Amino acid sequence: MKRSHWSIPYVVFMAIFVVLPLLLVMLYAFQDESGRFTLANITRFFSDSDALGTFAVSLEVAIENTLICILLGYPAAWILANKELNRSAVTIILFIMPMWINALMRTLATAEIFNMIGIPLGKGTLLFGMVYDYLPFMIYPIYNVLAKMDRSYLEAAQDLGATPWKVFWKITVPLSMPGVTSGILMVFMPTVSTFAISEFLTNNKIKLFGTIIQENINSSMWNYGAALAFIMLIIIGITTMFSGERKEAEEALI
Amino acid sequence: MKKFFAQAYIWLLLLLLYAPLILIAIFSFTESRVLGSWTGFSTRLYANLFSGQMQESGSLLAAVENTLLIAFVSATVAMVLGTVAAVGIHNLQGRKKQAVTFLNNIPMINPDVITGVSLFLLFVFLHLSQGYLTVILAHITFGTPYVVLSVIPKLRQMNPNVYEAALDLGATPAQALRKVLVPQLRPGMISGFILAFTMSLDDFAVTFFTRGTIGLETLSTYIYADARKGGLTPELRALMTLIFLIILILLLIINVRQTKMQKVNV
Repeated sequence: MKRSHWSIPYVVFMAIFVVLPLLLVMLYAFQDESGRFTLANITRFFSDSDALGTFAVSLEVAIENTLICILLGYPAAWILANKELNRSAVTIILFIMPMWINALMRTLATAEIFNMIGIPLGKGTLLFGMVYDYLPFMIYPIYNVLAKMDRSYLEAAQDLGATPWKVFWKITVPLSMPGVTSGILMVFMPTVSTFAISEFLTNNKIKLFGTIIQENINSSMWNYGAALAFIMLIIIGITTMFSGERKEAEEALI
Repeated sequence: MKKFFAQAYIWLLLLLLYAPLILIAIFSFTESRVLGSWTGFSTRLYANLFSGQMQESGSLLAAVENTLLIAFVSATVAMVLGTVAAVGIHNLQGRKKQAVTFLNNIPMINPDVITGVSLFLLFVFLHLSQGYLTVILAHITFGTPYVVLSVIPKLRQMNPNVYEAALDLGATPAQALRKVLVPQLRPGMISGFILAFTMSLDDFAVTFFTRGTIGLETLSTYIYADARKGGLTPELRALMTLIFLIILILLLIINVRQTKMQKVNV
C-alpha cells in the first residue's frame, strides 16, 4: 500500500462530516418545509429588517473588534517575540492560559465586573468583552510568525542605513502579514457568528448574527436558519479569498 | 526605558485579561449567591463541590465529567486519525494534496455556529439519535485538522529514508510504524492532541447543536443554562478557581522541565 493512501480514511471522514453537512445547509436553504425548491428563504432575509439590522450590527462589531485586536495585539506580539524586551517564555503562556478557562464563564465574570463598577451593559461592554475573548487569538499567530522571523533581514536593513522606524514598516510588518491574516481569520468570522456571549454582555439588548441562526434552528425553522447560515458561508468564502496567502496564514497558527 | 514601557504594556494587558479570573477566585471564598457581593470569608463552596450534593446526575460535577470524557475520547481519536492523515497528505502530490489540504482547512475557518448547524442537519438527515456519540463525532471533526497541522511539520523535518530503511532491514510495517515513525512524530502528535483537547473543552456552540434532547450537559452548556435561569451556581466559582490552579501548576511544571532540558542540551 502506498503511503499516500493513508489519507483515504480522513478524506472519507471529511466527506461525511464536513462536505455533506455543508451541502445539506445549502439544500435546506433552498427548500421550503415540504422539500420543494424555493428562493423564498433567501429573499426573506433581504426583507427581514430584524435580521438585516442584526447582520449590519454584527459586521460593525466584528470589524471594530478585529481592528482593536490588531492595534492592541500587534505591539504585544512584537514585544513578546523580541528577545531584548522579553526574555521569559512564561509571559506568552500567560497570554494563552485564559483560553483554557471556559469562555462563557469568563464572559459572565466580565459582565459582572461592569455591573460592579456601574457601567451599563450595551455596545461598549460588548466590544470590550469581545476584545477580551479574542485578543489571544490575534496575539498568538502574530507572535509565532515574528518569533520565527529571520533576524538577519532586520540587521541587513539596519546596516544599510534604515532607521528603526523604517525597518519596522518595511521589513517586520510585511514579513509578519501571514500572522496578521491568520489572526483576522481567527477573530473576524467568530465574532460575527457569536451567540450567547453577546447576550450575556449586553443583557440581551444586542443580538449578533449567530444568535439569529440559533433561534431559528432551535424553534425548528430549519430552512430559514439554514438560509442564514448559507449567507454566512458566502461571507466566509469572500473573507478567505481576500485574505490570500492562506497557506502561510494557517502555518502561523502552529 | 524602552524595556520598561514594553514590560509595562504587557503586564497592563495581562492585568486586563486576568481581571475577571481574579474576581472569580476572590469571590470563590464567600457564600453569596451573586458574584460581586461579599458576605464574609468561607470555604463552603469548595466543601460543597466535594460533598456529594453536586455529584448527582445532571449536576455540576456530572457536567465536568462529561466535558472531560468527551474531550479525551475525541482528542484521542483525532490524534490517531489526524496523524495517519498527515502521513498520507505528506506523501500526496500536486492537485490531490491541494484538495485534501483545502478540505482540512474548512473546519478551522468555519465558525462554530456553522459547524454546529451543519452537523445538526447531518445527524437529522442520517436519523442518528443525538447524544454522546454525535457530540464526540462533532468534536473529532473540528479537532482533527489541528492534529494534521501539528504533525505535518514533523514529517517535513524527518528523513524519509529512515522508515524505508526499517522496512529493508526486516521490520514489519507495524513495527516500523511503532518504532520509527511514531517516536519521530510524537511531539507533533502531543501538541495536536493538546490543541484538540483544548478546543473540545472550550466548545459551546457545536455541543449545543449536536447534544440532542437527552439532557447531556457539558460545562459550557451547564453554565449557559444556569446563566439563562438567572444566576450562576455559586460552586462554579470554586470549580473555576480549582481548574485555573491546576492548569497553572501544569504549565509551570512543563515550563520548568523544558528550561531544564534546554540547559542540559546546551
